[in-house]
Amino acid sequence: MRRIGWFAGTFHGAFIVFMLAPLVVVALVAFTPDGYLSLPVHGPSLRWFRALLADPAFVESFWISIRLGVVAATLATAVMVPAALAIGRYRFAGREALLGFVMSPLMIPTVVLGVAFLRFLTLVRVQGTFAGLVACHAVVIGPYVARMLLVAVAGLDRRVERAAVSLGASRFTTFRRATVPMLLPGIAGGWLLAFIASFDELTVTIFIASPATTTLPVRLFSHIAQTTDPLVASVSAVIMAVTTLVLLALDRLYGVDRLFAGGGR
Amino acid sequence: MDQTLESRDRTLRRRTRFTPLWLSLPALALYGVLLAVPLAMTLVLSVNLYDQTRGVIPALSAANYASVLGDPYFQRIFLRTLRIALITTVVAALIGTPEAWILSRLAPRWRAACLLTVLGPLFISVVVRTLGWTILLGRTGLINQALLGVDLLDRPVELLFTETGIVIALVHVLVPFVVIAVWTALQRVDPASERAALSLGASGRMVFFRIVLPQIVPGVLSGSVIVFSLAASAFATPALIGGRRLKVVATTIYDEFLTTLDWPLGAAISVLLVVSVVAIVLLWNRLVERRYAAVPG
Repeated sequence: MRRIGWFAGTFHGAFIVFMLAPLVVVALVAFTPDGYLSLPVHGPSLRWFRALLADPAFVESFWISIRLGVVAATLATAVMVPAALAIGRYRFAGREALLGFVMSPLMIPTVVLGVAFLRFLTLVRVQGTFAGLVACHAVVIGPYVARMLLVAVAGLDRRVERAAVSLGASRFTTFRRATVPMLLPGIAGGWLLAFIASFDELTVTIFIASPATTTLPVRLFSHIAQTTDPLVASVSAVIMAVTTLVLLALDRLYGVDRLFAGGGR
Repeated sequence: MDQTLESRDRTLRRRTRFTPLWLSLPALALYGVLLAVPLAMTLVLSVNLYDQTRGVIPALSAANYASVLGDPYFQRIFLRTLRIALITTVVAALIGTPEAWILSRLAPRWRAACLLTVLGPLFISVVVRTLGWTILLGRTGLINQALLGVDLLDRPVELLFTETGIVIALVHVLVPFVVIAVWTALQRVDPASERAALSLGASGRMVFFRIVLPQIVPGVLSGSVIVFSLAASAFATPALIGGRRLKVVATTIYDEFLTTLDWPLGAAISVLLVVSVVAIVLLWNRLVERRYAAVPG
């Protein structure tokens, strides 16, 4: 029953190669000792990682991306925890509308979001600031946090909270000592997912970043558009490493297969 | 006594009636200020006018829309974007659907690893994934080297800076969405129906085409809608693989905003992009609903 035929097996193998090929190629080229992007790679060398460390612009962008991811994911989570509790636990007029509103950034093309943010931030005179980037990223990554939190809220065991109330706990104490600890895996999972989404974001950011707030993907994009030296591969390898580390943490905490179970819509 | 209890009950209910509002207020505030307002501003911007010396001029004019819709240059860009998005969607559905089915039939230990391999790239920045394809697709790239090496080609094919190259990279970027949607649909397929077909002597391929496929078509279609809307508005992949010559709608918007600085025209193209993608997705859903309403069960 669990066996697959040779045709399906070949197809599966080709599919896996197709999915991995571009990533493996980038990771290999990052270790080239040569001055150009090509394969095969002549022996491993850290030349382009040293070049990366010696490039203050890329190093600065790396830290901007990390800071932006941390602050934006925190803001998005802080805003979405109460919203997810409202949607998940109460029946009220406009509940469906609120859910749609919270998920809506996923429906709008990211280019259009970028354009809209650029116009807005320019009119309120905060275009190019770090605060502007944080706020816009929080909106873009909000749906990812919301989705994880809604699943977590749906899985809450209400008997624990009722027990707390019946033992004389106040509403706030119940929330702090019973609700939040049960939500914690969902909160942490949502935060990590939001961090990855923010750390990788390009299309929105390219419109609203200034030279002083250029994130790593934006700097990488501009660099590739101008020249193609192996520096772009070593930057990519760093991005992949950060993403993989966060993904592994997410898997430990949450289980990646569970992440995709309800991810279809 | 009764009355005080009743009034206490009422105040309690009134207090909880507004709780969801208080709870959702931070999200509503953030999204209201940073989503609804900017989008409304973009809509307004699209009916304003632009002058090279004076910048954006407040107006209520359809001139931007007229110049986009009437200009063969923009028409070609919209048609190219539509063509790339449609081909990407069809290819992604054709290869993503069987892959999801194969994944569902693997032994659990293999399945987890393969699922991570197929879906993991979704988390890696699209710039990185596209960079991989520019290395692979180039004139001296790995694909040309391999094809030349086994004498399938006598001279290198140009894949970089072509629509084919854009489609290949976009399929790679977006096919996980088909796999996720079909995977979700497969979880609802009754394994008894497959076993029944097998016990009646059907081959594996026949089981897939006659038993499984009809049950997962809704999943295939919902995954395809996601792929289409993302392909039609993709920016990074067409920008890096298509270069400056092969413009799509998203890269045109970028150029209008950051190179030409004609923001009102760029805003009009943005509005047209949203309208056309939404229109096609709604039409698609309508067709699917009608098709499925006609089939009982």
